[in-house]
Amino acid sequence: MNDRLRTDAIPVVNESGIPIRPLYTEADLAASGGTAMLGGPGEYPFTRGIHPLMYRKQPWTMRQYTGFANAADTNARFKYLIANGQTGLNVAFDLPTQCGLDSDDPLADGEVGRVGMAIDTLRDFEIAFDGIDLDRITVSLTINGAAAILIAMYLAMAERRGFDVRKLRGTAQNDILKEFIGRGTWVFPVEPSLRLVGDTIEYCAAHAPKYSPVSVCGYHIRESGANPAQEMAYAFCIARAYADEVLKRGVPIDEFAGRLSFNFNIFGNLFEQVAKFRAGRALWAKIVHEQYGAQQPGSMWMRMIAGGGGSGLTLEQPELNIVRGAYYALISALSGAQTMALCCYDEAYTIPSEHAQRISLRTMQLLIEEMGLCDTVDPLGGSYYVETLTSQMRAEMERIIADVDAHGGVVGLIASGSLQAQVSAQAYQRQLDIEAGRFRKVGVNCYRVDEETPQVEFHAYNEADAREQIARLAEVRRTRPAGAVARALDDVRRAAADGANTMPAIIAAVKAYASVGEITAALTAVFGRYREPVRF
Amino acid sequence: MTKANRTKPIKVVLAKPGLDGHDQGAKVVARALMAAGMEVIYTGLRQTPEAVAQVALEEDVDVIALSSMAGSHLAFCRRLKPLLDAAGLDDKLWIIGGNIPRQDHDALRALGFAGIFATGARLGDITAFIEGNV
Repeated sequence: MNDRLRTDAIPVVNESGIPIRPLYTEADLAASGGTAMLGGPGEYPFTRGIHPLMYRKQPWTMRQYTGFANAADTNARFKYLIANGQTGLNVAFDLPTQCGLDSDDPLADGEVGRVGMAIDTLRDFEIAFDGIDLDRITVSLTINGAAAILIAMYLAMAERRGFDVRKLRGTAQNDILKEFIGRGTWVFPVEPSLRLVGDTIEYCAAHAPKYSPVSVCGYHIRESGANPAQEMAYAFCIARAYADEVLKRGVPIDEFAGRLSFNFNIFGNLFEQVAKFRAGRALWAKIVHEQYGAQQPGSMWMRMIAGGGGSGLTLEQPELNIVRGAYYALISALSGAQTMALCCYDEAYTIPSEHAQRISLRTMQLLIEEMGLCDTVDPLGGSYYVETLTSQMRAEMERIIADVDAHGGVVGLIASGSLQAQVSAQAYQRQLDIEAGRFRKVGVNCYRVDEETPQVEFHAYNEADAREQIARLAEVRRTRPAGAVARALDDVRRAAADGANTMPAIIAAVKAYASVGEITAALTAVFGRYREPVRF
Repeated sequence: MTKANRTKPIKVVLAKPGLDGHDQGAKVVARALMAAGMEVIYTGLRQTPEAVAQVALEEDVDVIALSSMAGSHLAFCRRLKPLLDAAGLDDKLWIIGGNIPRQDHDALRALGFAGIFATGARLGDITAFIEGNV
């Protein structure tokens, strides 16, 4: 009894600010609102999962983040992962590509092919996906500032290879609003950036209805300093901004909401994360149904990729990241993620090795094959603790969303830099807490070892790859029909200036082998470039 | 110079070099330097070597600090060094932090970066190093 009282007296509060009790009972569950928002799996509001059978019908898609050097090297790694049982691809582009620059741009010097694959023209995409069955392997493009161009390239490449674009599945990250908060691969100012996201959603709804043109990322907002409840609440605010942009063009909600998807972070307290996802599923369903009037269940589904959590991994004792990755995969599975991508143990050092990527892949396969994670839907459902916390997390997210709305909405908060300043202040506080030992990180502020000799295989950056990439771009420029390229770029500029949907013109331009940098320049001629508000 | 007999605050330009968009750490360090009483000019993302040298010169800073997470630090610093030298800023304190692998530290020191604060560095160590070397 004394022990219990003593434990009860220690204030334990999760990162989202919710006090955690030493024991939960039926009374706690009743006090938090009971199971009113539970429903069955596949039933509104989808707290327990978006499908009735979940992983019993089909395990999550395994999609490790991959890409480096050039299209040919990346294609080889794609094939290695597929041969090892990976069921989707998640493409990493280099920073010039992500920022809408060609490999021969002076600003790209030293960065070509460094953190991902360099893509200049459709020619590179043809090489990157050569021999990969796009009906069987779905592809996720981690691209934002230049997303409209890379989506256009993907659709054009698939069409030329004979795939039916109307049946083509796949995802683009294409969440530009979060790039202004974290990750930073913006190109255009906020308003035209939002318009371009609208263009891609509107275009895909009409022409590539199975393709998911946006994956709204709480992930990077969390990495930038947000807590788990804020992460999800801000992501929903951003998703609503995209929905509003498409609705004002007259596209009904049920024609595009079903293709909006999400990308969330997993690091932190296991139960808080599981509750976050269960709460988020119900809240997103409620928003889309009640605020937007969606009628199709699929429109209300919070489909997500999870499993990554860079902030949770450590440079110190990197092999512990294998263990962390296993827990992150477990949390993702317990949370009903549709797709998983785990951070590799060597990521704090380098681009992951083949070996590290295979360990991540095997980690997911262990859960499927040995641990029984696919046998039963929402296995933590009904737990007094998890259900109570789910209700509390949902209430906290609703409070945060109401607060954003009361301050004029998320677009204004991002444009002014005030949302960035808030999460940055939290990141600073977190660092102080880590250094003071208040926020524990194993290997960092507790259980350290003196002599660290991490066994990490460094990914070598090869300057020759960049030169080859630039040569290939020059070759494409020499052999493509110059007049057609100039006309196509004019059309892109005109569509941007006229307020038309830019996607048809961008697709025509990529088919003429216009480069990422050239198409971006045509758009910036009309839209201008983003200027970052630096606020503290 | 010790903190006590300094007549004005240490002035730092903190820059994000190249195309790297990961600025969480840079902003955390900026706040820590400000909390230690320094004046910080944070450039924001996408700075060229020319832009870094120019702001350092115009603002008459004591410290030129870079935060790099995306691996292009050596290429960037090799282009920055001659610009800083030409601008007469070789007597300023140059430091760099972020995802800086150990095998690159010697090359960075040889280029003139006196302080290297890789992932895991403590904020107090960064401020103490600056205070001890300006």
